[in-house]
Amino acid sequence: MANLKELKDRIASVTATQKITRAMQMVAAAKLRRAQEAALAARPYSERMNQVLSNLANGNASAEGAPKLLAGTGKDATHLLVVATSERGLCGGFNSSIVKIAREKAVSLMSAGKTVKILCVGKKGHDVLKRQYSQQIVDLVELRGVKNVGFVNALEIGSKVLEMFEAGEFDVCTLYFAEFKSVIEQIPTALQLIPAQISSDNKAEASAPNTSGACYEYEPEENEILEVLLPRNVNVQIFRALLENSASEQGARMSAMDSATRNAGEMIEKLTLTYNRSRQAKITTELIEIISGAEAL
Amino acid sequence: MAQLLKFELVSPERLLRSGEVQEVIVPGSEGEFTVLPMHAPVLSTLKTGVIRFKDEGGAEFRVFVRGGFAEVVDNGLIILAETAIPMEELDQDRLSQEIRNSQEDVADAEDDETRAKAQQALDHLQQLQASL
Repeated sequence: MANLKELKDRIASVTATQKITRAMQMVAAAKLRRAQEAALAARPYSERMNQVLSNLANGNASAEGAPKLLAGTGKDATHLLVVATSERGLCGGFNSSIVKIAREKAVSLMSAGKTVKILCVGKKGHDVLKRQYSQQIVDLVELRGVKNVGFVNALEIGSKVLEMFEAGEFDVCTLYFAEFKSVIEQIPTALQLIPAQISSDNKAEASAPNTSGACYEYEPEENEILEVLLPRNVNVQIFRALLENSASEQGARMSAMDSATRNAGEMIEKLTLTYNRSRQAKITTELIEIISGAEAL
Repeated sequence: MAQLLKFELVSPERLLRSGEVQEVIVPGSEGEFTVLPMHAPVLSTLKTGVIRFKDEGGAEFRVFVRGGFAEVVDNGLIILAETAIPMEELDQDRLSQEIRNSQEDVADAEDDETRAKAQQALDHLQQLQASL
């Protein structure tokens, strides 16, 4: 039986930890609401963007001289993986699940003899990836001081990516982030940014009667619009990924801290039980000692 | 007017408006144009300016936009704005901020064409500030 003082200290320390995890859970819950609103508010924009783009692309992607951002460079020798993770830890499997799918991709690309470059967004992913891929990491964008992700942050990353693309440093760019489904479910997602990927359901939508056959008048010229639209699309997708990520991070943290709080509660219960038992046992022993001492007289 | 136009105005930060309207006046980069129900499909870029639209009841709304796209498809208008601020929320501070941005754009412009565009945006902003 552990001694009483030790047990008491244990209980006190677990209680303190529980207080912290509970506070973190509540902070995450409050932040989650805001992040979730922002993520949901950004969804229509990127969805419409995709729709507009797919309408455009259907008529343009195969055409000769289509912009490289849409049609690709024609090679896929060098891949850029943009891995967006969080700045802080203690959020369950959030970072590791994003890093995991990015790493799987990197491994399969490298074994196929392709060159891999990694752009890290967020410190946590960088910490993990640099152990294995310090050669491949080209840059790290930290969002440490950023409270609410704004479009400027996405722009910063987007312009880096576009600059590299224009300099011919990579052929295919894929973005990794966690899509926010619910507090308990975040889905690590890979999204191909360059060449622009028109997802299959958008294609289906585009071919549906309500939007198909739309023969646009372009103002200004089609190519001019594409020139503006395509880089914009990259930025918008990054922005959306950042927002989804921040909502997912808070969600993951909230559920992680919730279970931590619950575990701490269970632990305190068990420790208190042991503590009371040993206290009782001690009293009983003392009583027996006193009684047998009295009898001996 | 029985026929209405499906109108969506979204900025990266939020969905500003989604619903049916009577008409929308869009500041296209090649000139302002009005979109009425049954408009032909158009895809246009936007310049800095003010979008004006009338809702079902005929009440007029004004939204400040900076850059973006307007797409008209199948009796619907989708505006993807880079920045969109309802006029009621637009105040001097915000506007001066935009003006400063524009001035930087003018200073940073590398060729005449972009400079002309940036200058145009700046002029528009200054007009707007004067009218506020």
